[in-house]
Amino acid sequence: MAVTPIDHVAKATPPSVASKIRGLSDRTIAWLFVAPTIFLLLAVNIFPLIWTINLSFTNFRANRPNREVDYIGLRNYERILTDGDIWLTMQATAHFLFWTIFLQVLIGFTLAWLINRKFKGNDLWTTLIVLPMMLSPAVVGNFWTFLYQPQIGLFNYGISFLTGVDPSSFQMIGDVALAPWAIVIVDTWMWTPFVMLICLAGLRSIPDYIYEAAEIDRASKWRQFWTITIPMVLPFLMLAVLFRGIENFKMFDLVVQLTGGGPGSVTELTSINLKREAFEKWRTGYASAYAIILFVTVFGLASIYVKALNKVKER
Amino acid sequence: MKTANLLAATALVAASGLTATNAQAEDLTLCWAAWDPANALVELSKEFEAEYGHTMNFEFVPWPNFADRMLNELNSGGKLCDLLIGDSQWIGGGAENGHYVKLNEFFDKEGISMDDFAPATVYAYSTWPKGTPNYYALPAMGDANGWFYRKDWFEMPEIQAAFKEKHGRDLAPPKTQAELLEVAQFFQEREIDGQVRYGASIFTERGSEGITMGATSSMYPFGFKYEMTPGKYDMEGAVNSPEAVAGLEFYKELYKTGTPPGYTDSYMEQSLDAFKSGQVAMAMNWFAFFPGLYADPDVGGDKIGFFVNPGQNVEASTLGGQGISVVAYSDKQDAALEYIKWFAQPSVQKKWWDLGGYSCHVSVLSDPGFPDSAPFASDFLLAMDNVKDFWQEPAYAELLLAMQKRLHDYVVADQGTAQEALDKLIEDWTETFEDEGKL
Repeated sequence: MAVTPIDHVAKATPPSVASKIRGLSDRTIAWLFVAPTIFLLLAVNIFPLIWTINLSFTNFRANRPNREVDYIGLRNYERILTDGDIWLTMQATAHFLFWTIFLQVLIGFTLAWLINRKFKGNDLWTTLIVLPMMLSPAVVGNFWTFLYQPQIGLFNYGISFLTGVDPSSFQMIGDVALAPWAIVIVDTWMWTPFVMLICLAGLRSIPDYIYEAAEIDRASKWRQFWTITIPMVLPFLMLAVLFRGIENFKMFDLVVQLTGGGPGSVTELTSINLKREAFEKWRTGYASAYAIILFVTVFGLASIYVKALNKVKER
Repeated sequence: MKTANLLAATALVAASGLTATNAQAEDLTLCWAAWDPANALVELSKEFEAEYGHTMNFEFVPWPNFADRMLNELNSGGKLCDLLIGDSQWIGGGAENGHYVKLNEFFDKEGISMDDFAPATVYAYSTWPKGTPNYYALPAMGDANGWFYRKDWFEMPEIQAAFKEKHGRDLAPPKTQAELLEVAQFFQEREIDGQVRYGASIFTERGSEGITMGATSSMYPFGFKYEMTPGKYDMEGAVNSPEAVAGLEFYKELYKTGTPPGYTDSYMEQSLDAFKSGQVAMAMNWFAFFPGLYADPDVGGDKIGFFVNPGQNVEASTLGGQGISVVAYSDKQDAALEYIKWFAQPSVQKKWWDLGGYSCHVSVLSDPGFPDSAPFASDFLLAMDNVKDFWQEPAYAELLLAMQKRLHDYVVADQGTAQEALDKLIEDWTETFEDEGKL
């Protein structure tokens, strides 16, 4: 018989506890302790998932209790995968993901590298840099909406000061070309500190003696950076990319607050689109299929990524 | 004899007391949007409390969250609201999903006649299916999209002269959509009293219903219709007719050349803000806000004027407003019905108008003094004569969001043409009606 985690728990249970409860084996007691957690997990995670899969094959609408529910096979999936508008939201999401992660890793690592150098007041700088990620996304969204106002916004005045362009001549969140960048800027402003903290942990985990040995071998600073710093920080960087990737794939509040998915639908990310289908249009069956497709996509990509991360860590 | 009288009086008092205790006093909750008319209704309802002994509580939700909040409440069978003043588009869903109590029997029993209310409001706020005598609400708040303008700016001699020089006519409230555009463009980026002003604030909001309500204010006058034959869902040639395309192109032109920069997602609040802060010469908004605007110490009184949505090929205004319904999940339906009975009285309706609510009662609207009772009253009558409403189907939310997307993509985001936007809209709506089994 295979040894299960429950057997480990049973083995670890002190004999005195088991002996006090007559008629129950250690294994049974262990199950009794673990059962509530398993039940909760099934109720909160597994059952909704199975129910969602079931709904995804129906034309169910949660706001139409009197309407007959029909099983329509793969029709919802077919509709989603052939809907040009949904592919546009996927593209918007991919654009948002790529640029936010790229900029956050680049700036976050640079900031971590600078902060890691010992100088007076670096603790204060760390605290100041970390402040944006402590704010609520709704507050940040609202706050940046004002900053982006063409007539009164400080952002436009800042750009005007640097470039001489008339501040009311461009609209960051009202222009099709600029709106996607407007949300990339805000997300980067808010979450770069998170990446910086992870990178800082990575940089501080590198033992000094490795650099000392490299110094003795007369390795240049540049070579030390590429052969010691980057490889040793890479697992941390990849972890940051994983966290930010998953988080930004389901990004909702910040974008809703900033652009509401507009202008038109250029910043309508999949999460916003899904919410509209599920809770505004009330196409529950359709939205369930949509959610399953997104779940499989994220789960698949994350699994591949975690395997790559483990390989990097094993090196 | 005295003893007999005393006994009779005692019996009468006892009987009255018995009657009073039979009609149990209830705590009623009325749900509506949080806006000026809601405050007027609170004031008005004090009379009901005094007369019937029930206590009125109010759940007012800000407009951006109103539909979400209330439809979730109805869909979950919630008991929060005993009475609901729900949007006109909800009537189909409210009736078919069993959220609203059907009122025919009650109306018959209490002698409440729908003939006493303006026909357009009965059709729009009360009936489902449309045009049938099945009533699920009493018309409570008549409303339509209208316009207000800076009368003081319009009357400035230098402004008048500049306008006459440019357009060869006197500057006045526009009578057609084309004139509206001319006036908006005239004021765009014009300096008045040392500040740069803009033409008009219009609805461009993407998330709920804003741009649809705004754009249809131009599209209806040009000739936009939902169906070729009412009730047949034959949209081809109506939704995407050349007139409808012209109306949508017009709205885009108005947005691009006559509105303040950055108004890409504006609805009621933003429109009011733009006007009250002196940014724009004209603004569209619902008549419901007009009493408050007129009373505004900065831009109201002599500084403000009102006009009905200008016609073009036809006279038309986008319908707002709501009916009052009894929620089917309420445990206090009898008391809620008493409120409706009380509210339907002509005297109460008169007071409702006096307090700032828009009565739909014929006795109020046809009163010879009504047009002069407020500076916007005659425009309100004109608007209500020609109102047009969005689909009131149970699937209205899906239909509305499709229109929001197609209009915003074209008007604000500059994607595609008006013809393409309306053709795609027909595709979206066709899919919805097919799912509904109506096509």
